[in-house]
Amino acid sequence: MAIDVSHIDKRFGDFVALDDVTVEIADGSLTALLGPSGGGKSTLLRVIAGLEQPDSGTVTINGNDATKLPPQRRNVGFVFQHYAAFKHMSVFRNVAFGLEIRKRPKREIKQRVQELLELVHLEAFADRLPSQLSGGQRQRMALARALAVQPNVLLLDEPFGALDAQVRKELRVWLRRLHDEVHVTTVFVTHDQEEAMDVADEIVVMAGGRIEQIGSPDELYERPANDFVMSFLGPVTRLNGRLVRPHDLELLASAAPGAVEASVVRVVRLGFEVRVELLVNGSDVWVQVTRDSSERLELHSGSTVYVRASETAIRPAVPSIATPAASG
Amino acid sequence: MPPAPRPGSAPGQRTRAGAGTALGLGFATLYMSIIVLLPLSAIVWKAHQAGWSGFWADVTTPEAWSTMKLTILLSIAVALTNIVMGTLIAWVLVRDSFPGKRVMDVLIDLPFALPTIVAGLVLLTLYGPTSPIHVTLAYTRPGVFVALLFVTLPFCVRTVQPVLIELDRDMEEAAASLGASRITIFRRIVLPNLMPAILAGGALSFARALSEYGSTVLISGNIPFKTQVASVHIFNQIENDNVTGAAAVATVLLGVSLIVLLAIGVIQRWSVRR
Repeated sequence: MAIDVSHIDKRFGDFVALDDVTVEIADGSLTALLGPSGGGKSTLLRVIAGLEQPDSGTVTINGNDATKLPPQRRNVGFVFQHYAAFKHMSVFRNVAFGLEIRKRPKREIKQRVQELLELVHLEAFADRLPSQLSGGQRQRMALARALAVQPNVLLLDEPFGALDAQVRKELRVWLRRLHDEVHVTTVFVTHDQEEAMDVADEIVVMAGGRIEQIGSPDELYERPANDFVMSFLGPVTRLNGRLVRPHDLELLASAAPGAVEASVVRVVRLGFEVRVELLVNGSDVWVQVTRDSSERLELHSGSTVYVRASETAIRPAVPSIATPAASG
Repeated sequence: MPPAPRPGSAPGQRTRAGAGTALGLGFATLYMSIIVLLPLSAIVWKAHQAGWSGFWADVTTPEAWSTMKLTILLSIAVALTNIVMGTLIAWVLVRDSFPGKRVMDVLIDLPFALPTIVAGLVLLTLYGPTSPIHVTLAYTRPGVFVALLFVTLPFCVRTVQPVLIELDRDMEEAAASLGASRITIFRRIVLPNLMPAILAGGALSFARALSEYGSTVLISGNIPFKTQVASVHIFNQIENDNVTGAAAVATVLLGVSLIVLLAIGVIQRWSVRR
């Protein structure tokens, strides 16, 4: 294991940022720490980097106990949301910084920085100041700077959080490709489930300072451990008190086993898909159906349909405690 | 990849200076001229009433020469001390937390807010011939130095403090994770970013020390060739009806201030480019 975090606790005053967090991150993997803000994911990343000291627990990096090591001696690359560019230094000198600290020969530094700038497509900007770069370029510079010292692990704290949607998507794809090229164990923090599903091999879902579930994007989507994970990773609705994905609900024209009667409140067409809002036993449910089936059922507000979860419907492993005696 | 935007290269940005801007510029220039340039020109003109040779004779009298040398050297020493101590105090105020921090923060401005003659009286009481702590600095050069430090204390603190508050802590953490020691982080990351503010504070301290009158007039004793500072010398010349002599020394001080301000401007640009 590249990173082994074991029973970490961290409080800021009364606020519990991390509550007995244990996670292993495999060598060469690309892992996302996913969760709502304030869920402890950034704190965990900073604990791994040594920028934050845990109250208890241990951090092992590449088999060495790093818990007491200062950030300087952990050999981790850290990329910040707001780039943390050394704004008084040129792009070249930003990237060279870690190598200069290590007192590498000038020729080697020059060559290595040149390679890295090519890797992040900034070779033409070596003499610019960070203020003369766009946000996306600054973040790529920060990445090159972190990679320059050949870190054991690369940690990225909401790396695309400050960028606009278009650049975000570009950089996402680019990070995935970069990782396939460089193979350094990478952990990034995000609150965007789409970003996590798109980029990561492995996702660690965190909320309230605790780990909710760890798994591949597919595992998390198909076998969510609980209501929280299920609702965080995709759209959900509640039928008879149980969470279900809106596209896992079937609408039927007539009564059938397991189906309950519902009245249509509203039919919203969103291109190919149709969003049908229902009232079932006094509570709101929404269903995602195709345009075809909407037309076949002649859905319009006021009509009566029967609704049930499909046999293959995804359910959380642990249903919510508030579930009343419900049908499946 | 699209090319990075160059600062200030937006098309048409500079050509769009409208009538409002021109009017504003006109007023600003007129105001500056009346308040600053006109009196300064008057002094320079006065100093040259007796021609270059008269001017030269006025500034090279042994007394004028000595007083200017003392004032300029003291001002340099004051600026350098403030650069170190002011930065240190600003650092402590921003980065550390300790009991009495708010009190300290308020106290910093006191020497500046105090009427300077009161500051002089305070120092004379403490360091005068009847010093309660038995340290007599009155009528000595160290006494003048202390008085100048007293009144210039806030300059570096107050220029560095806001920059330090705004300084991106992520930069320091990034440097730490790249392996930089605390000293290296301070030297290579923090200090270059503070440098413009430190230099500005140093320049203000220098200018203030060069012109200081009230706080030094009591403690210095105004002993010619020993503790007499330039502003006191100028005052004495006027009292003795030697207006051109006073204007000559004043012109030299003006020139020195101007050179220091220009030099600091150049250094600031250079340090930003580097």
